[in-house]
Amino acid sequence: MSKLKLATVWLDGCSGCHMSFLDMDERLIDLAELVDLVYSPIVDTKVFPDYVDIALVEGAVASVDDEAKIKKIRAHSRILVAMGDCAITGNVPAMRNPIGPDAILDRAYIENASAQPQIPCVGVPRLLKIVRPIHEFVKVDVFLPGCPPSADTFHTALTALITGEPLDIPEITRFGA
Amino acid sequence: MNDTVDVKTLTIDGHEVSGRRGQTILEVARENDIEIPTLCHLDGLGDVGACRICMVEIAGSAKLLPACVATIFEGMEVLTNTERLQKYRRNILELLFAERNHVCSVCVSNGHCELQTLAQQQGLTHVRLPYRNPQLAVDASHERFTLDHNRCILCTRCVRVCAEIEGAHVWDVMGRGIDCTIISDLHQDWGSSSCTRCGKCVQVCPTGALFDKSKIGSDHPKYPDFLPYLNLMREAQ
Repeated sequence: MSKLKLATVWLDGCSGCHMSFLDMDERLIDLAELVDLVYSPIVDTKVFPDYVDIALVEGAVASVDDEAKIKKIRAHSRILVAMGDCAITGNVPAMRNPIGPDAILDRAYIENASAQPQIPCVGVPRLLKIVRPIHEFVKVDVFLPGCPPSADTFHTALTALITGEPLDIPEITRFGA
Repeated sequence: MNDTVDVKTLTIDGHEVSGRRGQTILEVARENDIEIPTLCHLDGLGDVGACRICMVEIAGSAKLLPACVATIFEGMEVLTNTERLQKYRRNILELLFAERNHVCSVCVSNGHCELQTLAQQQGLTHVRLPYRNPQLAVDASHERFTLDHNRCILCTRCVRVCAEIEGAHVWDVMGRGIDCTIISDLHQDWGSSSCTRCGKCVQVCPTGALFDKSKIGSDHPKYPDFLPYLNLMREAQ
C-alpha cells in the first residue's frame, strides 16, 4: 500500500492543536510509516499540494486569507478534518464577534500603542467581520473537538482514518476537552 | 400513605413498570434505572419543562411530551430514545450553543458543565446553525459571585431555587423570546439586590453562567445534591 498523503493547516488558532499533534511523541514514528506529511507548518512546502488524502485543519476562518485557504484545501483534499474547537466552533478567535474587528484593531494598535499608532494594512490579510467555523465555508468530513484534542485523541482518530476503521468521536473527545 | 394508592402500569422502552398516580414519566423512568436526559430538571426543584431535552414519545400520540412534567397514565407506552428524539435533542443543544456565546475552552465550568456533557452524550460534534454572537453583559457587581449572561441557557434553576428553597426570589426572567434574560430583583445589579448571599443558585446552575469568584481556571465543580436532602430535612421538621 502506498503511503497516504497527510496535510496539516494552521488558520486562526493558537497552534495548540499542532502542539498536541506533536505530543503523540514516539507514535509519530509509527505514523510516518503510514503517511507522508506533504504540507504543514512543520514542513517546508509552501504551496498546498494538488491532492492530499487527509487534511487536518486547525483554526477558525477569520480573514480573507483563511477563507481562500480553506476553499483551496477543500478542493484538493479527500478527507477534511476540522481539528479542534476553533475550526469547529470559532472558539477563542470568535470571541471578538460580538465586538467586531474594528474595535479590536483599535484597542490593539491605536489605544494601547505607545509609538506610531496605526492599523497594519500592508502584507496582512483583511479581517472578516465575523470569525466563523470552517464548516460554514466548506464541507467538513470529520469533526474532532477539543481545545486541543489530546494526543491520544489524535492517535485514535488518525489511526481510524488511515485504516478505515469506524471512529466514534464523542467517545474520545468533546468541546473544550 | 393510605392503602388505596392508585397504581398505574405502563411500559417505558418496552419495560413493564408501574408508578403512583400523579408521578411524572421521568420519576418512574429513573426509579426503574431508565435514563432520560434532562437539563432544566433538578431533583429537589419544581419542574417547568423549559429545556425540552426530556421529550419522549407516547404510543398513539403525535405529540411529544416533556417527561419531567407529563404524568403517567394506565397503559401508557413511552419511548425515550428513538431516532426522532435523538435528532430533536441534538437540535435543541445546537440551538442552545448557537444562541449565546458558549466558549467551553475558557469557561470556569469546562469539564463540569451539564450542557457540555449532554452535548457529548448526545453525540454532538459541531453546530450546524450559524452562531448568533450576541453582545451580552457580565454582572460582576456581587462581592462573591458573577453572572455571565453569555453562558446562560435560561433553564431557570436559579430562579426556582431562590424562590422555592431560599425563599428570597431575587432571580426572575425578563423579556420574551430571544430577548429573554435572567434578572435580579427589578432588573438591578446583583450586588445591590436583596440577595442573601446563600450561593444556592451558583450550585444549581448547570453551566458557567453563575460562578463563584474565588474559583479560577476550570476548577469549579458544582454540588446541587444538597437539594433533595434539604427538602427531606425540612419535611421531617
